[in-house]
Amino acid sequence: MPDLLLELFSEEIPARMQAKAAEDLRRMVTDKLVAEGLVYEGAKAFVTPRRLALTVHGIPVRQPDLKEERKGPKVGAPDAAVQGFLKATGLKSLDEATLQRDPKKGDFYVALIEKPGRDAIQVIAEILPVIVRTFPWPKSMRWGERSKKPGALSWVRPLQSIVATFGPETEEPDIVTFDIDGIMPGNVTRGHRFMAPGDISVRRFDDYVSKLEAAKVVLDPQRRKDIILADAKQAAFAQGFELVEDQALLDEVAGLVEWPVVLMGSFDESFLKIPGEVIRATIRNNQKCFVVRDPKSGKLANKFILVANIEASDGGKAIVAGNERVIRARLSDAKFFYETDLKTKLEDRLPKFENIVFHEKLGTQAERIARIERLAAELAPLVGADVTKVKRAAKLAKADLLTEVVGEFPEVQGLMGKYYALAQGEDASVAAACEDHYKPQGPNDRVPTDPVSIAVALADKLDILTGFWAIDERPTGSKDPYALRRAALGVIRIVQNSSLRINLSAVLLVALRNSYQHIQNEAHPALLEFRKDISADQVSEYIERRKKEVEAGFGVGPKAGDMRPISFLDYDFDVWCTGSFELVKTQGAPARKPTWFLYTDQDAQIELRVPNRNDFLTSLLSFFADRLKVQLRDQGARHDLVDAVFALGNRSAEGSSVQENVQDDLLMVVRRVEALGKFLETDDGKNLLAGTKRASNILGIEEKKDKRSFDGAPDAKLFSSDEEKKLAAAIAQVKTDAGAAVAKEDFAAAMTAMAKLRPAVDAFFEKVKVNDDDKAVRENRLKLLNEIREATRAVADFSKIEG
Amino acid sequence: MELLPDHMRPERSFQGLILTLQRYWADHGCVILQPYDMEVGAGTFHPATTLRALGPKSWNAAYVQPSRRPKDGRYGENPNRLQHYYQFQVILKPSPPDLQELYLKSLAAIGVDSALHDIRFVEDDWESPTLGAWGLGWECWCDGMEVSQFTYFQQVAGVECAPVAGELTYGLERLAMYVQGVDRVYDLNFNGREGAEKVTYGDVFLQAEKEYSRHNFEHSDTAMLFEQFKMAEGACKKYLDAGWESGKKERHLMALPAYDQCIKASHVFNLLDARGVISVTERQSYILRVRELAKACGEAWIHTEAGGA
Repeated sequence: MPDLLLELFSEEIPARMQAKAAEDLRRMVTDKLVAEGLVYEGAKAFVTPRRLALTVHGIPVRQPDLKEERKGPKVGAPDAAVQGFLKATGLKSLDEATLQRDPKKGDFYVALIEKPGRDAIQVIAEILPVIVRTFPWPKSMRWGERSKKPGALSWVRPLQSIVATFGPETEEPDIVTFDIDGIMPGNVTRGHRFMAPGDISVRRFDDYVSKLEAAKVVLDPQRRKDIILADAKQAAFAQGFELVEDQALLDEVAGLVEWPVVLMGSFDESFLKIPGEVIRATIRNNQKCFVVRDPKSGKLANKFILVANIEASDGGKAIVAGNERVIRARLSDAKFFYETDLKTKLEDRLPKFENIVFHEKLGTQAERIARIERLAAELAPLVGADVTKVKRAAKLAKADLLTEVVGEFPEVQGLMGKYYALAQGEDASVAAACEDHYKPQGPNDRVPTDPVSIAVALADKLDILTGFWAIDERPTGSKDPYALRRAALGVIRIVQNSSLRINLSAVLLVALRNSYQHIQNEAHPALLEFRKDISADQVSEYIERRKKEVEAGFGVGPKAGDMRPISFLDYDFDVWCTGSFELVKTQGAPARKPTWFLYTDQDAQIELRVPNRNDFLTSLLSFFADRLKVQLRDQGARHDLVDAVFALGNRSAEGSSVQENVQDDLLMVVRRVEALGKFLETDDGKNLLAGTKRASNILGIEEKKDKRSFDGAPDAKLFSSDEEKKLAAAIAQVKTDAGAAVAKEDFAAAMTAMAKLRPAVDAFFEKVKVNDDDKAVRENRLKLLNEIREATRAVADFSKIEG
Repeated sequence: MELLPDHMRPERSFQGLILTLQRYWADHGCVILQPYDMEVGAGTFHPATTLRALGPKSWNAAYVQPSRRPKDGRYGENPNRLQHYYQFQVILKPSPPDLQELYLKSLAAIGVDSALHDIRFVEDDWESPTLGAWGLGWECWCDGMEVSQFTYFQQVAGVECAPVAGELTYGLERLAMYVQGVDRVYDLNFNGREGAEKVTYGDVFLQAEKEYSRHNFEHSDTAMLFEQFKMAEGACKKYLDAGWESGKKERHLMALPAYDQCIKASHVFNLLDARGVISVTERQSYILRVRELAKACGEAWIHTEAGGA
C-alpha cells in the first residue's frame, strides 16, 4: 500500500513550538485520513528549525465504495415529497428507486445510493491545504506580496515550499497536487542552510531521510538531542568534568540546529566567585549554553559547552572565540551586578517596596510584607519556630526582588536572598527562609523543613490565598493567574511533610483579618462603593472626614480612637467607619449564603461591601479540600477513600459551624485515608464494608419506600433474636471504642475496634429478616441498620467506598 | 567587487562598515536615506519605516539612524552600553521571498563568513507598545552574539500591514566590535586609519556619553519636559485635526508634521522615565498616550498620497 511523505519547508520555526507542531501535524492528517475512510498503518512526524515532516505509511489506494439505502416517501405521497426525495438522492425518477412492501403502514420507495470511493491521492490533495490553512500555531504571520490581499495564508514564519509525494514502495511516487497561495507541492527540498543549500529531489521517506542526512540535516529531533547529549558528556568527560544536564535547555538547543556540532569554550576563572546558579543562569538564558562541573567537588568549572549548527572550516575556533567573548561580557555584567548588590543591606532596600504595587486592590509590596510578617509571627508558635527569627526572615525574604541580579535573572529570586542574607551575617535559618519560603513551587520541588522557613512559607501562601479570595479573584476553570492552586497545594504539602497540626479555619481567619486591616485602613474600593455621581475628590474628602470622626471618637464609638466593631454584620472585624449603616441588599447566591453584604450609610454617599465570613471560609476550605484530593490521588490513594473521608466533613458542616469541619485539619484527613486503606486490605475490612453496604442498601430502599429516615436509637425491648441483641451490643461497644480511638487520633485502633463489628453484622444478616411483618419490629430493625452506618462514620462514610 | 582601500574595509573601520552596508542595499534597490533629524529611540521611529510600512505601495529604503535610549547611559563606563548608538535600518515592502538570503549576503559583504561563523535565527517577537506595532521574526546570532533583528511587520500604528514589510535592524556598534575583534565599544576604529590618523569611537563619543548620562539621570529639566510632553501631544492632535482636507475624513494633508510631534512626545517620555519621575502606574498611561498619537498618525497617513491606495 502507498505511503505519504509531506514536508512543509519554512523559515526558522521557534524552538519552543516545534514539538507540538509535529504532533499537531500527525494528528490532523491522520484524523482526516481516517475520517475519509483511509485507514493507515502508521505515521510519524519530525521537525527541525526549518521543516515539519510527516510520513504516513500503508494508506489504501482508494477509499472504500459506500452503499447507502435511503428511505423515501410512501407510494402515492404528494409530489413535493417525491421531488424532495429525488433531489436529495440524485435519482432521475422514481423508476430508479426500489419499492419496499409494508403491509401495515403502506408501501414506500427506497433509494440505493452508491458512492464510489475516490483515489486516496485526490482525497489527500483536498485534506492538506485545509490543514495548512487551519494549523494551530500559537502565533502566525503573513508575508510577501500576497499579504496585500485579505485571507492570505498565514504560517509561523514564511512557508517556502512543500514536498508531498504519494505512492507504493516499489514505484516512483506521484506528487500530490494542490495550490496554497501560490505554493505548489513538488518533490524538491533543500539541505542545511549553509553546508548544503542546494536542491534535493526526494521520492519517499527512506531516501528523504538519508538524502537529508547527506545534506547535513538530522531530521529526527530525538536523534539531535541524543547526539548533543552524548557529545556534550563526552566533551566534558574528556577534560575531567561532568556535564550539568538540563533537559529544557537540551530541548531548546535541539530546536535551534539541523546539524548539531558540540564545542567547548572557557571563561576566566575569576568569574567563579559569582554564585554558580548565577553563572549558570547567565550562560543558559542568554547564550543557550551548558555548564560543566568538577565531579568531585560538584562546583562549576570555568568551561561551557555550546552547540553550533555548522562544521566550521576552521574546526570551530572562530565560533568558540566569539561565544567566549559574549560570555565574558555577560559574566562581567553578572559579576558587576552581584558585587553591587553586596554593597547594600537587604533591609535598606525595603523602603522601595512602598512604591511598588503588589496588586491594585491589595496594596503595595511593603504592605504585603508587613502582613506576611504579622501572620508568620502568629504561626511561629504553631510550627515550633522562634518568633524573632521568623519576623526577621519575613521582613527580609522578598528584599532580593530589588537586587540587580534578580532583576536580570528572575529565576534566582529567593536563592540570591539567601546568599545576600548570609553575606550580611544573618542567622542561618533566616537566610534559608529567604530561599525556602517560596517552596514548594511545583510537584517535584523541595518542601521546606526548617520551622522558620515553614512559618514564612505558610504566611506567604495564606496571605495570597486570603487576599485574592477577599477581593473575589478566585481561580475559575483553567484560569488561575495568581497561582492560587499552587499556593494551596504548597500549604498542604508543607503540613503533610512536617506533620503539622493546624486548624485551617482559624489560621485563615487570622490571615483574612490581616488582609482586611489593609483594605479597611485604606478605605479601599474593594470594601467601599461610592455613588456614581460623586467625584474622586469628594470620595477622599469623605474618607478623611470619617477617619477624623473615628479619631475624635465621634458618633457611637466608646472613646477616641476606638475602632467600633459592627456586630450586626455577623462579622468580627473592626471597621474604621463609625457611621451607622443599614443593610440594603446582599450579593451573590441569595437565601442563605450571600458572598457579600451591602450596607449603605446615613447620608447614602457610600455603600460598604462586607464579605460573608461563612461563605469566605467554606469556599476557601473546599478549595483546599479539592487540592488535597488531587494531591492524595496523585500519591496513589484511592479516590473513593478520599471521598469517603471528605463526605464526613460535608455532613458535619451542614448543621454546625465550619470550625468543626473534618477538612479543617489536613493532616487528620490524610491519616484517616491511610488507615482506611490499610483496613480495607484485611478480610475484616472487606467483610465489614460488605455488611455496611448491605445495611446501607436496604436502608436506602426502605427509606425511599417509606419516604422517611430511620434515625434514632432502636428500642431494646423490641429485639426478638439473639443476633439483634448481640449486634446492638457490638455497635455500642464499637461506638465507645472507636470514638475513644478517634479522639486519640489513633485511626488504626479505631479500625481494629470497628473490625469487631463484623461477626455480629454477618450473623445478623444471616439469621434476621429485616422487613418483618410487624411494623414496629421492622422499624426497629431498620434503626439498628442505621446504627451500623452511624458507627462506621467514626472514621469514614462507607457508602462512598467502591467494591 | 573592486578592492576597497584598507581604511574603508568593514573589519577595520566603523564608517567603512556603514558605507559597505549602504552600498550593498543600494545595489539591491533601496533608496539610501539619511538619518531622521529628530531624537528617536530606534530606527523604526523614522517615518521612512513607521509610516512607509503602511499602505499598499511598495517601498525599499535603508538608512543609518542614531538612536537615543536615555536610560541606557552608563557614564561611559560600560564596555557596550550606550545612551546614543547607531542602528542600520532596512525596510522592504512587500517583504521579498529571499529576504533571509539577502540578509546573509549583507553579512558576507561586511566580512562575516557563514562557513566560519555560526549564524542563527532565534525566535524574537517584536512589539512596540508606544508605536502600537508588532511583528514576528528573529534575533540573528553570530557565534552567540545578537547582531541584528529581523522582523516581518504585521501591524504598525494600529494599522494592519498590507502588504507586510520586512525590517532589518543591524546594531552597528556590536557588529563592528565583532568584525574588528574589539571588546570595548570605545576602542572601535572609527575611520580605519592607524597611528596618529586613527580616530576611535571613544574619540568621537566618550565625552558625549558622559555628558548625556549626567543630563539624563541627574539634570534634565523635568518641569520643562513635562510641559514639552503636553505641548507635543497637544500639537500632534491639533495638526491631525487640521490636516483633514475640507474637514472630511478622506484625504489628510499633514500626517508627517503631526507624526514629528508624536516622535517628540515619545523621546520626552523616555527622558522623564530615565529621571525616574514617572511612577509605575503613570508609566503605563504615558505609553498609552504616545500610542494613541501614533495610531492617529497612522490613520492619517493611510489617507495621504504616499500612504493611500
